[in-house]
Amino acid sequence: MATVELTFSALPAHVRTARLVATAIARRTGVAEAILDEVRLAVGEACSRAVEAHRLHCPGEPVRIELRDDAGRFEVTVTDAAPSEDVTPQVLEASGSLMPEIDNLGIAVIAGLADDVEVLPGPKGMRIRMSWPASSNGVAAL
Amino acid sequence: MDLKLDHHSEDNLTIVDVEGEIDVYTAPRLRELLIDLVNKGNFHLLVNMEKVDFLDSTGLGVLVGGLKRVRAHDGSLELVCTQERILKIFRITGLTKVFGIYASVEEAKEAHGRDK
Repeated sequence: MATVELTFSALPAHVRTARLVATAIARRTGVAEAILDEVRLAVGEACSRAVEAHRLHCPGEPVRIELRDDAGRFEVTVTDAAPSEDVTPQVLEASGSLMPEIDNLGIAVIAGLADDVEVLPGPKGMRIRMSWPASSNGVAAL
Repeated sequence: MDLKLDHHSEDNLTIVDVEGEIDVYTAPRLRELLIDLVNKGNFHLLVNMEKVDFLDSTGLGVLVGGLKRVRAHDGSLELVCTQERILKIFRITGLTKVFGIYASVEEAKEAHGRDK
């Protein structure tokens, strides 16, 4: 089991970096080219949600992402440190008010993209674990 | 890639050309542009997404917000998009039923002309 861990400050600009790293490692792990876009989008959604949650609750804390090659699966876990009972993906209108109709859209997108998803909310933060098939020898499965 | 935004008007339609990645970092710029256009009286918007490399739910939220704003003025916000990777997120979220999505600017203009 090979693991790469990445922590980054809760800044929107870093979400792109996390996406790029995840995509690069997914490719190296053997995730098929056809689903790399899904990995990129799902990881981006999870990291965006975590960044928004941190900006509301704990802007000084970093977001953590683990990327793991585990027995023919590429597994990504995004962990935040914000209490998650009342945290949903949020977009602010220019007035600062929330757009409630798109709450949870990010997690809905992840659920639609990842082969296997587990969302674990908790008082000390949320953990989103998702995985996709990968070839065991690191060559993209066809 | 960063986000490039441009816009121009043709008849009663304002075409917004978007290029690059729309995510949690760049989406606020698109939101500001859409709000500015609506505030200046542009209520029929066509967002050309043919050069968009990446779109996430933050970007979807901005488009939905823009749609709400133009509808408040009996306007429209429609999209040009043929890229499967972008269309997929609209399908997953069911937003293909909310937005008019066209294969080209010309096709959208024809439909807009018919609806006027």
